[in-house]
Amino acid sequence: MSLQLENISRAVDGVDYIRDANLTFEAGSFNVLLGRTLAGKTSLMRLMAGLDRPDTGRILYNGKDVTGQSVQKRNVSMIYQQFINYPNLSVYENIASPLRLARMDKAEIDRRVRETAAMLRIDNLLARYPLELSGGQQQRTAMARALVKDATLILFDEPLVNLDYKLREELRSELRQLFRERQCIAVYATTEANEALALGGTTTLLHEGQVIQNGPVAEVYRRPVNTLAAELFSEPPMNLMPGRVSQRTVSFDEGIGHSLTRELESLPEGDYLFGVRPSHVGLAPASDDDLVMEMDVELGEISGSETFLHVRNRSLEMVLQELGVHSHHPGDSVQVYLPMNRLFVFDQQRALVHTPADTGGAHG
Amino acid sequence: MSKVPDNRAWWLVLPVLLLVAFSALVPLMTVVNYSVQDIFGPGNAYYVGTEWFRDVLRDQRLQESLLRQFGFSAAVLAIEIPLGIAVALMMPKGGIRASLCLILLAIPLLIPWNVVGTIWQIFARGDIGLFGWGLNELGFSYNYTGDPVAAWFTVLLMDVWHWTPLVALLCYSGLRAIPEAFYQAAEIDRASRWAVFRYIQLPRLRNVLVIAVLLRFMDSFMIYTEPFVLTGGGPGSSTTFLSQTLTTMAVGQFDLGRAAAFSLVYFLIVLLVSWLFFTAITHMDKER
Amino acid sequence: MAEISLTAMAHSYERHPSGPEDYAIRQLDHVWHKGGAYALLGPSGCGKSTMLNIISGLLAPSEGEVRFDGKRVNELSPRDRNIAQVFQFPVVYDSMTVFDNLAFPLRNSKVPKDRIRERVEEIAGVLELESLLKRKARNLTADEKQKVSMGRGLVREDVTAILFDEPLTVIDPQLKWKLRRKLKQIHEQFDITMIYVTHDQLEASTFADKIAVMYEGRIVQFGTPTELFENPNHTFVGFFIGSPGMNLLPVTRSGDGVCFGGLDIPLSDDLRQRLADLQTDNLKLGIRPEFVEASEPGEGTHLAAVEDVEDLGTYQIVTARLEGQLLKIRVSEDARVDRGQTLHLHFPTRWLKLYADEYLVEATS
Repeated sequence: MSLQLENISRAVDGVDYIRDANLTFEAGSFNVLLGRTLAGKTSLMRLMAGLDRPDTGRILYNGKDVTGQSVQKRNVSMIYQQFINYPNLSVYENIASPLRLARMDKAEIDRRVRETAAMLRIDNLLARYPLELSGGQQQRTAMARALVKDATLILFDEPLVNLDYKLREELRSELRQLFRERQCIAVYATTEANEALALGGTTTLLHEGQVIQNGPVAEVYRRPVNTLAAELFSEPPMNLMPGRVSQRTVSFDEGIGHSLTRELESLPEGDYLFGVRPSHVGLAPASDDDLVMEMDVELGEISGSETFLHVRNRSLEMVLQELGVHSHHPGDSVQVYLPMNRLFVFDQQRALVHTPADTGGAHG
Repeated sequence: MSKVPDNRAWWLVLPVLLLVAFSALVPLMTVVNYSVQDIFGPGNAYYVGTEWFRDVLRDQRLQESLLRQFGFSAAVLAIEIPLGIAVALMMPKGGIRASLCLILLAIPLLIPWNVVGTIWQIFARGDIGLFGWGLNELGFSYNYTGDPVAAWFTVLLMDVWHWTPLVALLCYSGLRAIPEAFYQAAEIDRASRWAVFRYIQLPRLRNVLVIAVLLRFMDSFMIYTEPFVLTGGGPGSSTTFLSQTLTTMAVGQFDLGRAAAFSLVYFLIVLLVSWLFFTAITHMDKER
Repeated sequence: MAEISLTAMAHSYERHPSGPEDYAIRQLDHVWHKGGAYALLGPSGCGKSTMLNIISGLLAPSEGEVRFDGKRVNELSPRDRNIAQVFQFPVVYDSMTVFDNLAFPLRNSKVPKDRIRERVEEIAGVLELESLLKRKARNLTADEKQKVSMGRGLVREDVTAILFDEPLTVIDPQLKWKLRRKLKQIHEQFDITMIYVTHDQLEASTFADKIAVMYEGRIVQFGTPTELFENPNHTFVGFFIGSPGMNLLPVTRSGDGVCFGGLDIPLSDDLRQRLADLQTDNLKLGIRPEFVEASEPGEGTHLAAVEDVEDLGTYQIVTARLEGQLLKIRVSEDARVDRGQTLHLHFPTRWLKLYADEYLVEATS
């Protein structure tokens, strides 16, 4: 079982929504569409569901062309940002509604509703009405309705954005568990890199209607094909700085430079963009081959268990991520250490030319 | 990568086109047909060009009733819109009292036009009507069947009584749609009651006001039944409005050519004024 | 500017509350000092917005007192309390220009014209709204509108405090940090008491010097971001702060400390002493995923089976089963951990917290 998009494009009033997308989704896979607002995530999902028709290209389902088929015939479920339930039906009836439409046998409906509700841990709320529920419970109900009917394609359009982050954390890890055993194709749209990482599976990076990169999450994360992919798939975005390689040294703006390390020796002379992830920049030396920079603190952002430090030295701007909670005052001067062996290198066309050596991780 | 236009979709519009044709276009074209011909009977018609139109525009009786009509509609809008807003502002925001107010407001709207005329005809009579009798007892000399001013006053009062609730209901629904945060912000910004009205409520009522103004203009401009029942257009022709003049011309005198030409002029005036109102209100606040 | 104190304050939306669960805010005493940058953090429904509306005067508390600089203000309206408030969704006067929007609160207070112009231009400068001053507010983007809302709060020179009710909800993620920085700068520049309500730990800890964490109508901890992370005073704070939150293990009393499943976990003498004085059997041990160490086998290590590994790019979260209980452990992105393997876990005493009836039992030293 697979869903295949072949050269799919769609424009509305002369504005490209999707440009020449080629993607394959396998049964039992969890696929994340990652991109900023208006990147084309929803457009792509609507095409996959059959709510919209592509202007060009084909949609194949198990090799069979379903491009013109209406959404009713496709066995698709969709879950939205807003918590969409029938307000006048109880949670039980909400979950049962797609089965009732399919004229399923009463006992079977009851069995499935209870099973799905238990899976999403709302089995104690079945008699209640949606408006009496918290946001998280409402979204669980909507999810249960989508999951109960054994759809072959389940589409999630940023389902967690309207929830507290603690609830998000909880539902995210439950989703991972839920889809491990299911044989359907799950597609999940999000704007947050961290969510894509947490959900795992495969990741598709979308930007302005185009597929930038597609592959297993760890692969996309560790080998971004270009600077755009690197910026999209990193939260906070990857730091990028222009630099020039000549005479076995690399020099950056503001008179900062370092001799080429063994890893980077093979780089031909010329201009490049050097990228480093915020988590790899530190306030303490990591090795002898660190690039050391004097920078001023602009802001320290604290996320409960880590600190994101925004620093600047005239034209050079950088974000670094520290473990733990540290307070810094805007205007403080700090020494920033940037390990040379963590550098990504992009050429002038912004395509990846060097990846730091794989240091582990990547299990998914 | 180009779109393939599918012209078959136009077939889907066909039923609507047919429906519109039968409900509006065909009757309208009949009128156009009558307005440019002098018709004596089947197969006996002469093309007269714009003669009927020139005739109609020169007719003093029509000019007078047109003026009267504009005066009436202007007065209706000038009274009912502010009054409707005021009533909506004073209404309770919720609970049983709000429901009660809504029911009271809806009552005049539920009464048939000719019954409204009859009610006021009796209500305003000097001998047995509570209103007319009351005014006379208070020392005002009031007789709507004899005095043109009193007749005008009564017709206007009747319309205000009949239709202000509509404006009030529309505004009330508009006011309820304003989020509480706006009032809270205004309170925190120390806005006066007037500033709250001017900068929060009025701008957010704009859309319903467009509807209210248009409805009230069109309705009042075409008013027929109520004054016909109440005063019969008199005394003299002091409350004879456009549609009554038109009816007299078409049905009473069977002057079909002139009546048709007049109908078209009438229609165009309504269209033009409605368009003016609509554009004026929707463009009031646009960026320069 | 003023010190805001709440004395024996409680609030219920019911007319006749019958028990503690009827209260949106349970009785509490709290002081917000002059010029501080504070956050009120908690999940939805914890009472934080109620608290904010009580401070601003949009809501009168059903019990207790609100005082500004020692003076009771319960009966005063927001207008008389001189409070500015920024709401979750931008509130702008659509029909006015940005300039008129910013000038509005000043005009209402009859500030002289020249002074209004000066102030508006100054604030527009701070918020980078100069180029928009002549535009109609209705045509702005959501974040521009929200900046205008903030500007109306900042423009007044006499405000007691500025309250923010989840002000960044509608802002695009890419712009959020810029506005957060702006707020921080504004606080340092103007030195006004600011209280910021949010459910987002990142926003709270970035903005505030001190955070009040609210849970079920109570302030369960009031502390710096570091304190909330390193020394949560209540199990809820442990759970709510940090991603993932603190591991909480139900334990029972044992000879030299507490016992978890079949494991004995020794406590310091001091803690043991404190524990002996407590009656309750609702005991939990808490340790943050960041502080659990996966180490070499040795004394004081516990064997746990790895059930799941989440690669989050910059780090990995390992879920491991220890004595039937699932634990989250944060390991570096470079570590090699696989599902099915076993880990030797070590709990450093410094980071092991004991909770009795959900509250932290602190060593007296």
